Amino acid sequence: MKFEKKIAKAEQSIPTASLPDIIFMLLIFFMVSTVLREVEVRVQYSLPEAVALEKIDNKRLLSYIWIGNDERIQIDDSILPVEAIGDIAYQKRMNNPNVIMSLRIDKGSRMGIVSDVQQELRRADALRINYSALVKL
Amino acid sequence: MFRKRKKSRVEIPTTSMADISFLLLLFFLVTTTIDVDTGIDLVLPPWVDSAEQVAIKSENIANILVNEVGDVLLDEKIIGVPQLRSEIVSRIKANPRLIISYKTVRDTPYKIYIDVMDQLKLAYRDLRDEYSREKFGIPAEFANEDQIQEIRQSIPQRISLAEPTEAEG
Repeated sequence: MKFEKKIAKAEQSIPTASLPDIIFMLLIFFMVSTVLREVEVRVQYSLPEAVALEKIDNKRLLSYIWIGNDERIQIDDSILPVEAIGDIAYQKRMNNPNVIMSLRIDKGSRMGIVSDVQQELRRADALRINYSALVKL
Repeated sequence: MFRKRKKSRVEIPTTSMADISFLLLLFFLVTTTIDVDTGIDLVLPPWVDSAEQVAIKSENIANILVNEVGDVLLDEKIIGVPQLRSEIVSRIKANPRLIISYKTVRDTPYKIYIDVMDQLKLAYRDLRDEYSREKFGIPAEFANEDQIQEIRQSIPQRISLAEPTEAEG
């Protein structure tokens, strides 16, 4: 008896012609959903945790203010003194009346600096704020 | 004379197309951050001169004060942070016009401030959820836009931020 390997006669290959199209679709999805980080955060901070969190649907409305663990304040790309925040916040509110100021404040900060920033925001009439916090598990 | 050109099949090789697009794909995969920003929303009171301040009946105010070491005082009585939620819920039920005046000192740790704010938000969330269940028969998270508007109007969040004072003593 002769042993022979059974080989199917049909051609055995996965059609790869549509592979680029599939990859391109994925690519376009990621290209569209990517928001490249515009600013480099220069302060160190770790956010507090909370339970009653709200998700921010519209990222384009957000404008960030960072307060680091050394009480330095960063807005956009520069470290600024407290007194300068009001003017910048006012500019931002002029450009976008619905701006939400997202306060990313180190959890070890004192309320003094937080309230100074808030007073500046009130002065600039940028009243919608959001205390950035992580989900408490 | 006119020699016919030999027909040759002209093709761009597309086998490497997949590889190229894979590279691009990987780049975007790596750079994409799908992090949802979460936080506690708050609307600051508008800037007013002190002359315009309105007096509010003292029975309509719940005073919360957090001192520099992080003790929480509700109407001058010390209270644990986890108890605030139920306490505020029952107080607002007793008096729907209650305004929560939230005061800190300059040395209050921000973490405690957020913890307390979280409790207040949770209290309002409880109240709104209860209202939604009674009125619409569904939890507040499943309410539609109109219902959410109505819930918000019926149970407005009345959190008033007082300016922090210097620590005493």
